[in-house]
Amino acid sequence: MSNRVFVGLLLLSSSALAQTPAVDRAELRALQAAVAASQSAGDNAWMLVSAALVLMMTGPGLALFYCGLVRKRNVLGTMMQSFAMMAVITLLWGVCGYSLVFAPGNPLLGDLRYLFLRGVGAEPSVYAPTVPHQTFMIYQLMFAIITPALITGAFAERVRFRAMVLFLTLWAFFVYFPVAHMVWGSGGFLNAFLGGKYPVLDFAGGTVVHITSGFSALVTALYIGKRAGYPYEKFMPHNLVLSFIGACLLWVGWFGFNAGSALAASPLATSAFVATHFAAAAGALSWMAAERIRNGKASALGAISGAVAGLATVTQGSGFVQPFSAVAIGLVAGALCHFMVTTVKEKFHYDDSLDVFGVHGVGGLVGCLLTGVFATRLVNSALRLANGQPAPLGWIDGNPVQVLNQLVGAGIGIGLAVVGTLAALKITDLVTPLRMNEGQEATGMDLSLHGEEGYNFEG
Amino acid sequence: MIKIEAVIQPSKLDKAREVLQSIGIDGLTVSEVRGHGRQKGHREVYRGREYDVDLIHKIKLETVVPSVRKDEVIGALVEAVRTGAIGDGKIFVSEVADAIRIRDDARGESAL
Repeated sequence: MSNRVFVGLLLLSSSALAQTPAVDRAELRALQAAVAASQSAGDNAWMLVSAALVLMMTGPGLALFYCGLVRKRNVLGTMMQSFAMMAVITLLWGVCGYSLVFAPGNPLLGDLRYLFLRGVGAEPSVYAPTVPHQTFMIYQLMFAIITPALITGAFAERVRFRAMVLFLTLWAFFVYFPVAHMVWGSGGFLNAFLGGKYPVLDFAGGTVVHITSGFSALVTALYIGKRAGYPYEKFMPHNLVLSFIGACLLWVGWFGFNAGSALAASPLATSAFVATHFAAAAGALSWMAAERIRNGKASALGAISGAVAGLATVTQGSGFVQPFSAVAIGLVAGALCHFMVTTVKEKFHYDDSLDVFGVHGVGGLVGCLLTGVFATRLVNSALRLANGQPAPLGWIDGNPVQVLNQLVGAGIGIGLAVVGTLAALKITDLVTPLRMNEGQEATGMDLSLHGEEGYNFEG
Repeated sequence: MIKIEAVIQPSKLDKAREVLQSIGIDGLTVSEVRGHGRQKGHREVYRGREYDVDLIHKIKLETVVPSVRKDEVIGALVEAVRTGAIGDGKIFVSEVADAIRIRDDARGESAL
């Protein structure tokens, strides 16, 4: 068919449309509704899968990653810390956590309109217009679970179970809920996309998750003190195979974490997926190279630690940066976090047992600043200028001041993490002792806190 | 009867078992043990922290044989597991007062 004939046919059919407007408008509406419904189905499917992936990061991902790094008498106690967060934070989130973070309120905290999930149903929210509000709610819950679970690595092998539950519950109120509301909540102080004053770019939680957990971890490690015998006794990982499996589950789960943060099965989700993967790979290589230079050998623990460092560091910028910016972020993350956990931790003698600060705190902070450098409107055009054009995002878009914006966001996150963590620790300490006694610590968490053992080979 | 206890390299266990079986020694007990002799330990590094591991993993293989077969069994065993390097292990030989087969009360060498 020649172009001319084709255009002629089009004209004919459109003039036919013009003659029967009433019928066709109804058909058009039905068609639009069908298109919207199928988009919603696709987006909802991806968001539910993403929610499940992010839960998988905590259990079993993080639980395995951490439990392999401790001594074998603490294997169950360590896994229980992550698992307890899956239970505790879930109920907390339903009762009031979700509302305090995502209900409109003041710039610091949401109000209580979604108490007990009232009004959180099938109708979409302002955050994700194509999926049920309840999907968005359950997806965000998984972030609120993993963030306190990350902190448990800082006080591994020495904190009582009930004190841990109380401390991290308070921590959710004092640190996570306000920071998450400020960065992601409607009207939050740092939320540039929904009426906030300060434009901080945090796509998937570099500030909300990694800076808060990382800096809170450092405070916790300093407050609670070292494990008995540290650093003179041997604190070798008891089963790196478990850690290895855990790290691989974290890597896969992170696709739900970062690409899911697009809140739709969109090209932006693909872009975040790719950036996430590239940063993980670069982080693993970079840490291995640093180890090779320092000790002469690249290790399995180094490779998985580097991947996690790359993933934590790219989180903040994952929906704003191009693949090779993500590679740069991953390369910096691997080498820098390796330097933190080997040289800096050794020099200052703090017992951040599983390196939550060195990997998540430092990685999160650097990732926050590098987002200010590498964020580009070529990837994410959600932020608009007054004239409707996509706003320049990072330094490479010609907006160097964004690095300062990011620094302000990180500073507020760090400040709240430090103050909120200290308050939560003090209150917990008044209610119930934080530390296991010497005998319990020597026996191990499994037997003294939970009355069971991880490895029983008899029978 | 004599008991032969051989502390050997874990990688040599299969060869030791094969050679014992080939000369008709059917009963043996194997345990995973740790220890050190003149062989130095090694160093492990986890996230930059260095640990000296002094107790090295070894296999202890025990078998009780009729006294007349002592030199034959020891010779076969030594030949099977020797590499000539430090860390090949040790063999200890001792007298055994009695042996009882639990199933049918057989005593002495006939219980082996």
